[in-house]
Amino acid sequence: MLDFPRWKVLWIWLLLLTGVALAIPSLMPDSVARQLHLDGMSRISLGLDLQGGSHLLLEADTADLVKQNLQKMEDAIRTEMRRADPKIDIGDISTSNGQLSFFVRNVNQLDAAVEKARAQTTAVGVTGQRDWNVAVVDSTRIVMTPTQAGIAASVDNAMKTAIEVVRKRIDELGTREPIIMGEGKTRIVVEVPGFQHPEQLKALIGKTAKLEFKMVDMNADPATVTAGHAPPGDEAAPYPDISQPGGPTRYIAVNRRVILSGDDLIDAGLAKDDNGQPAVSLKFNASGGRKFARATQENSGKQFAMLLDGSVLSAPRIDEPILGGNAIIHGSFTTDSANQLAIALRSGKLPVALKVIEERTVGPQLGKASIHAGVIASVIASVAVIVFMLVTYGRFGFYANMAVVLNIFVILAVMAILGATLTLPGIAGFVLTIGTAVDANVLINERIREERRRGRGIVQSVELGYKEASRTIFEANTVHAISGLIMLVLGSGPIKGFAVVLLIGICTSVFTAVTFTRMLTAGWIKRHRPTEIHI
Amino acid sequence: MRLLKLIPDNTNIGFVRLRAWAFGLTALLTIAAAVLVGVRGLNFGVDFKGGVMIEARFQTPPSEDALRHDIDQLHVGEAALSTFGGANVYSIRLPNPQSNDEGATNRLVKNVQNVIAAKYPGVTFNRAETVSGKVSDELIRHGLLAVFLAVTGIAIFSWIRYEWQFGVSTFVAIFHDVLVTLGFFALTRLDFDLNIVAAVLTIIGYSINDKIVIDDRIRENMRKYRQMDMRALIDLSVNETLPRTVMTSLTILLALGALLIFGGPVLRGFTAAMMLGVVVGTYSSIYVSSSLLISLGLKPQLSEPRKKSGPPDSAERVG
Repeated sequence: MLDFPRWKVLWIWLLLLTGVALAIPSLMPDSVARQLHLDGMSRISLGLDLQGGSHLLLEADTADLVKQNLQKMEDAIRTEMRRADPKIDIGDISTSNGQLSFFVRNVNQLDAAVEKARAQTTAVGVTGQRDWNVAVVDSTRIVMTPTQAGIAASVDNAMKTAIEVVRKRIDELGTREPIIMGEGKTRIVVEVPGFQHPEQLKALIGKTAKLEFKMVDMNADPATVTAGHAPPGDEAAPYPDISQPGGPTRYIAVNRRVILSGDDLIDAGLAKDDNGQPAVSLKFNASGGRKFARATQENSGKQFAMLLDGSVLSAPRIDEPILGGNAIIHGSFTTDSANQLAIALRSGKLPVALKVIEERTVGPQLGKASIHAGVIASVIASVAVIVFMLVTYGRFGFYANMAVVLNIFVILAVMAILGATLTLPGIAGFVLTIGTAVDANVLINERIREERRRGRGIVQSVELGYKEASRTIFEANTVHAISGLIMLVLGSGPIKGFAVVLLIGICTSVFTAVTFTRMLTAGWIKRHRPTEIHI
Repeated sequence: MRLLKLIPDNTNIGFVRLRAWAFGLTALLTIAAAVLVGVRGLNFGVDFKGGVMIEARFQTPPSEDALRHDIDQLHVGEAALSTFGGANVYSIRLPNPQSNDEGATNRLVKNVQNVIAAKYPGVTFNRAETVSGKVSDELIRHGLLAVFLAVTGIAIFSWIRYEWQFGVSTFVAIFHDVLVTLGFFALTRLDFDLNIVAAVLTIIGYSINDKIVIDDRIRENMRKYRQMDMRALIDLSVNETLPRTVMTSLTILLALGALLIFGGPVLRGFTAAMMLGVVVGTYSSIYVSSSLLISLGLKPQLSEPRKKSGPPDSAERVG
């Protein structure tokens, strides 16, 4: 128990010193870290309650999404049935009760109609289930019902796009470091540090971006266009290279006339071209399909540009007229870049209505005051506990104190590595950890005192103290961790911040309070062979 | 240097003797807490009630009635005012606006802030929070679920790890701790918000920590002294662990005391709850969970022979 080989001692010190080193960048102010070129290292970020800022919780209106899907399916069915050869005559289309139902006038065409309808559904997930059920009722009526899996997939898809749309719009604020992430299945958290105007955030999120398709002027001189001059009737549109973010922006000249707008585009997605290479598929509504067909017929061999808020996303060449209302853009895409373009095309508008269900704004002064108070409280708590331990347990208290101080650094280091956020309740978690971490040492030291009273020798008392107390410490920490885990899983915002510190503290304190102090005690006993210990 | 010993060596306090009194007191406290929570209710913050909260820091402490009057002029529903960490900081709580459109809450907040800023120059607004009814319902549900899971999860842990009597006594004791803490919040009308739920969960964690240390010692002694009377055995175990119980409670209270005094107003409710929880948890470790073991019929003879896992017990060693 008290036997520590040299390599073990080295490892323990190395681990602890690494912890201290990793914690240091988090302890410096930003400006100092930048001067020392440490700002690239992982550091603990401060929660909104400590640095001030705005927090919004958005929820997607899934009912609205289901309604939109029904509407889209209705459009698609109308188009498909009309386009069928021979044309399938349908009527009495309704979208009530969450399902699409329509009447096929000619009974002989029922099978053909069902087939057309089935062709509009797609497989979702690994089970191969379709996103819509197609059923025939009264041998004349086709009823299409979205499946649970279909709705889930559509919500999932819409949320991915919605998060991207929100991120894009918040990014327009500039160089703050916003956090935009999904929460659960239908929610998005938006946190913008240092920003006190939630109403502006809401306006940004709610605004609609403009997606336009325009023809590229192939005759314009690239040099003058890059300088910002476009021929009459044209405009010079920026064309950022998505594969090289931050690189120089190219400009191309596009015709001012809009051939298609975002409303005409129903969907864009990741697809494969004939050679199996990643591509982007476009799907237009009826009028969009007609406009696109005309434009591609007239401009075969030329390029058209897809612009989002005036900036070019892609400018593919038209190889052949595209008549069906579905187009595939292919070229030198990777799966990633094709997906990116598809999302950008879809992000013309939010795919689903978002509602603000929680909103919190913290002023900058309050955050500063809270940090200040938190630091003072932590320091005073540490000093109080350290003095108390020292007068109670002497040398053994000193070892415990070293463990506590190192533990603080190690917790900070682990938080920095995990990219955890420190919140105000997190600071409370720190103070509490300082208090509870010494509990392990109290248990050990009291046990040593007890064993001494029973007349055992020094080495044996210390050995037994650690051995017997370790079991209790392990069990006590396990149950403590149970409540911490529950907080982490079920808690929101502030509770999570508290639970993170608590859990990390429980894990690291076992190492510092038990292993580390045992090593120090063992080293001392080995070197000095004391005949009496004060404890 | 002489070291500090808060508890003299080899105490022999008859804790178990006072068991009947302690049960009476415990029952009284628990019932009082339940009644308080039921009748007075908890002063839910916007986290749990939904609504709008604005925190304003005034240059000089305003008159509460005047402030209420100013806000009433806006006809935005009944305002709940409370000071927050000092007489010049007020938290103003309002119900959510009736209107459903997105900007309604922002307009409400702006209106209130404008009116206050006009009347009280130099005022600054620390925080503004809006929580919809949907979210607050969910937060209540999650909070209750978290507390329930923590209590039962931990009780199940002690049941599996030890005899079932430990599970039951721990469950009862923690239930008592949680109720008394809630009773304290009902009594003081302190804001009950998300942070307090974290505090309650931490109290559960701390309290169980404390009980495990004593339970562990009881089990150790049960194996050591198979013929000892249970009362004497529990007294012995509690006395043996008493120095640790006092030391740990004191270090945690020291740390929390620093937080209470210097930690700023936002954490005050949280810290107060924690401090109370430490005291109540320590009390219930000795008087509720340990004493209950006797009533539940735990006897040293019931203890299974030495476990294969874990260290061997110390009685069998030559010293």
